[in-house]
Amino acid sequence: MNSFSLLSEAINNRIVMKIHLKIWRQKNQNTKGQLETYTLDDVDAEMSFLEMLDMLNLKLAKQGERPVEFDHDCREGICGQCGVMINGIAHGPLKNTTTCQLHMRSFKDGDTIFVEPFKAKAFPVIRDLKVNRSALDEIIAAGGYISVSTGQAPEANSILVSHEEAESAFDSAACIGCGACVATCKNASAALFTSSKISQLAKLPQGKKESNKRTVDMVNRMEDLGFGHCTNTEACQVECPQDISVLNIAQMNYEYNKAKLVK
Amino acid sequence: MAKEIHATIPEGDLKDKWSNYKAHAKLVSPNNRKKLEVIVVGTGLAGASAAASLAEMGYKIKSFCFQDSPRRAHSVAAQGGVNAMKNYQNDGDSVYRMFYDTLKGGDFRSREANTYRLAECSASLIDQAVAQGVPFGREYSGYLKNRSFGGVQVSRTFYARGQTGQQLLLGAYQALMRQKEQGNVQLYTRHEMLDLVIIDGKAKGIIARNLDTGEIERHGAHAVILATGGFGKIYYLSTLAMGCNASAIWRAYKKGALMANPSWTQVHPTSLPQSGPYQSKLTLMSESLRNDGRIWVPKSKEEQRLPGEIPEEERDYYLERKYPSFGNLAPRDIASRAAKEQIDAGKGVGALKNAVYLDFSDAIKEYGQELIAERYGNLFTMYQKITGIDAYKEPMKISPSAHFSMGGLWVDYDLMTSIPGLFAIGEANFSDHGANRLGANSLLQACVDGYYIAPYTLQNYLADQIQVKKTDVNHPAFTEAEEKVQKQLHHFINQKGTKTAEEFHRELGKILYDKCGLSRSEDGLKIAISQIQNLREDFKTNLLVPGDVEDINSELEKAGRVSDYLELSELMCIDALNRNESCGAHFREEFQTEDGEAKRDDKDFAYSAAWEWSGEVSSPILNKEVLKFEFVQPTQRSYK
Repeated sequence: MNSFSLLSEAINNRIVMKIHLKIWRQKNQNTKGQLETYTLDDVDAEMSFLEMLDMLNLKLAKQGERPVEFDHDCREGICGQCGVMINGIAHGPLKNTTTCQLHMRSFKDGDTIFVEPFKAKAFPVIRDLKVNRSALDEIIAAGGYISVSTGQAPEANSILVSHEEAESAFDSAACIGCGACVATCKNASAALFTSSKISQLAKLPQGKKESNKRTVDMVNRMEDLGFGHCTNTEACQVECPQDISVLNIAQMNYEYNKAKLVK
Repeated sequence: MAKEIHATIPEGDLKDKWSNYKAHAKLVSPNNRKKLEVIVVGTGLAGASAAASLAEMGYKIKSFCFQDSPRRAHSVAAQGGVNAMKNYQNDGDSVYRMFYDTLKGGDFRSREANTYRLAECSASLIDQAVAQGVPFGREYSGYLKNRSFGGVQVSRTFYARGQTGQQLLLGAYQALMRQKEQGNVQLYTRHEMLDLVIIDGKAKGIIARNLDTGEIERHGAHAVILATGGFGKIYYLSTLAMGCNASAIWRAYKKGALMANPSWTQVHPTSLPQSGPYQSKLTLMSESLRNDGRIWVPKSKEEQRLPGEIPEEERDYYLERKYPSFGNLAPRDIASRAAKEQIDAGKGVGALKNAVYLDFSDAIKEYGQELIAERYGNLFTMYQKITGIDAYKEPMKISPSAHFSMGGLWVDYDLMTSIPGLFAIGEANFSDHGANRLGANSLLQACVDGYYIAPYTLQNYLADQIQVKKTDVNHPAFTEAEEKVQKQLHHFINQKGTKTAEEFHRELGKILYDKCGLSRSEDGLKIAISQIQNLREDFKTNLLVPGDVEDINSELEKAGRVSDYLELSELMCIDALNRNESCGAHFREEFQTEDGEAKRDDKDFAYSAAWEWSGEVSSPILNKEVLKFEFVQPTQRSYK
C-alpha cells in the first residue's frame, strides 16, 4: 500500500467534530473587546488546539477577515509563549499542559469553547488573544540571577550540590514563564512565578550568598509592576503547566522574612 | 571558475592556535568600551550569552528578538544535553578525542582549527553554567553526572533532566537581564530584523520592524552580531519553533555575506511521526532516549500484530545489526537514513507506516521503571500528551524530521562574515559541525561562540573603531534599506491573491523533503529547482495577506519569512547539486558505497562551498574554502 492511500485511509478513519468557538476579539489596548462566534465543521480530534486555531485563521483569511492574533512558538510546551483561557481555565482542561500541547480529543463533537486572553492588570492586551507579559522579565531583571560574570566561574565540581538539592532546585527552575499562574489568580499575583526563581537559587549553594537582596528586590519589583498579593488560594499550582509547587511561595516568604530580620 | 577564499587561521600547532590568537588579539581599554555599540540579533544561547558577556565587559548592547521575551528563543527546546570535555568519568576523554569525534562526526567537512577550539573551550562552559545556578544532574555525592550521546564512545554529556536547553538558556537570559538592569543592554523584544545596513563596506546597523505596532525602525551600531539560529523550518514540518526563520541571514546574504553549505540539514532520527495533513510541526524526542531505548521494526512487511506480541526473532534491531560497535547510538545522519531505508522498504509502523519503534521494555526490565522515569520522565509525559500513548507500556513510534542547519553564514576564524563588522554565531553560522552535527554539540557551540569567542574576536574588531563616531541613522544607506523594506511589505499586502503564506510554505516543505532531504539526486534536485521557481513566481502575484503593514500582523510576518525561504531553498538545491559526493547529512544517491553508505570524494570536494549573491537568486557565485587537514587524515567514516 502506498503512503498516499494510507494517508487517505487515515483521513477516512479520523474522528471529525463540529466545534463552536467564542473568541475574544480586541483591536488594541485602548479599545473594548468582545466575544465573536465562529463555527468549524471539520475539526480532527488528533489536531492540537493551536492547529484548530490555524484552521480557523486560514478560513478567516480566505473570507477576507482578520485572523485571530494569538501567541505561540515552539508548540512543544517549553517556550512558554502560548497561553489562553479556555472555558475559563488557563491553558484549558488538561492538568499540567500548555495550550499548544492540548489536543482536540479533549473536546466533544458539538462543544462550544470560550477562548479568551490571559487577563491581568500587569498583562495588557496587545490584540485579540495576545498579551504583553514583559512584566515577568522585569521581575527577573530585578534580581533573578546569580551575579557571576563570564570568566569568573570556578571549576564546576568545586561546588558540590547534593542530588536532592539539585533535583529540588530543578523542580523550581522548570517554570516556563507563561503567566498562567497570574491569569488564574483572583488577585493576579505573580507569587508562583517569582518564588520559583527565588527558591531555585536559594536552594543551591552558589545562589545562597545573595538570596536576601535578591528576594527583597524581586518581591518589591513584583509589587511595583501591579501584580496582586498572594492569598494562598493555590489556584496557580493547579493550572501551572509545569506543576510548580506552592511550597516555593512558602520558601519565598521565609526568605523574605529572613532578609527583613537581617536588616 | 570558483574563487578561493581563506579563513585567517592563526599559526601554530592545533592546540596553540586559540591561545596564540588570544595572546595577540587587540584590546579596547575599559573606559573606551562604553563608547562602542553592538547590535545582537537573537536571544538564544548564542545571542544572549554574547550580549551579556560583551555588556559585562562594558560595551553598549542593543539586543533584539522576535519573541515576546528573550527566554523563549528556540535554544529552550533542546532536551538531552551539552557536551564538554571534563573527563569526569575517567573513560578516556580528552580535548583531542572530542575534537576528533566532532570532526569525524561531521564527516571531515569542517575546519580543524574551529572544531578544536570548540572542544578546547567546552570545559569552561560547564563551570560558568554551574556558577549561574543551572541545576545539572548530580550524583548522590554532589558531583556532576554525565551520559552518552550518539557518535561517541565516552560519557561527556551534561544534562538537566530533559530540559538542558531551557536551563542553559535561562542562565544566559538571566545574565542578560542583569545587564539590562545595569543599563548596559537595551532590549527590543517583538522586533524582527528586516535588513542589514552597510556603510563604506562595513556593517553599521539594521532595519527592524516592531511587530506590535508595525513601525519600521533604524538602529545603528559599530558592529552587528547575528545569532538568529537555524532554518530547518524551511521544510515546514520540522522540530523547530513556528517562528524560526532565515530572514536575518538571508538578507545579510543579499547584502554580500557569503552563505556556506546551505543544503546540509540534519534530519533528526527521533522525532514524532506526522499524524495528519493539518499538522504544523513535529516534536523532537531527545536523542538521549537512545541510551536506553532499542530501535526496531518488524521483519515482515505484512506484520499486523501489536508490538508487544511480536516475538524477539521476528524483530529487526537494524541499528544494532548494521552498526554493532555504536548500535542504537549511531550518529544522527546514519540513524535517520537507516530508518528511512526501513520505512521505504515498507516495514514502517503506525497508521501511516511512517515510523519505527523505540522500545524501553528491556531497559525497564533491567533498571526498573523508577530509574527510567528519573532519566526521561518528562519526555515520556510529553509523548503521552501528544500521542495519548503510555511509553512505559508500549514502544514509542518515532520518525526522522528536519532539525538542524549545519550550513549558514560563512565566517572566518573570528566568526566574522565576509562583511567587515558583521559576525554570525551559533547555528546561524556554518563553522564547527561539518556535514553532520553530533548530539549535544549544538548547545555547546552556541555557548562557546557567545561566552568565549565573540567577546575576544569582537573586541579585536572594535579596537579599530574607537575613533569612529556613533552611526548616523539618517545616512542614505539607512533610508535606502528602509524604503526597500517598506516596498516589500506593501507588495505583500497589496497583492490580495488567493493563497496564504502558510500554504506556500507547506508546498515548499514538501518539495524539499522529497528532493533535498535525507536523500538527493541530480534529477530530483533539477526538478525541485524548477518547482521552487514556479512557486516563487506564484508567490509574487497570488499571495494573500490580510490586514495592514502599520499594525500587528502575524500573516505579514510569515509572508516575509516564506518569501526568503522561497529563495534560500533554491540555493540549497543548487548547493546539493554542485556537491557530487555524499558526506554526512548530504546523501547523493549517485555516490554511495556498495553497502549504501555515504561515499566522500576528498580529491574534488574537500571544501566548504561559500555562495555569493550575484543579484539573481538562480545564479549564485561559488567560492571555495579548501579544507586543509594538517593534523588529522580524513578516513572513511565507519561506525560498524
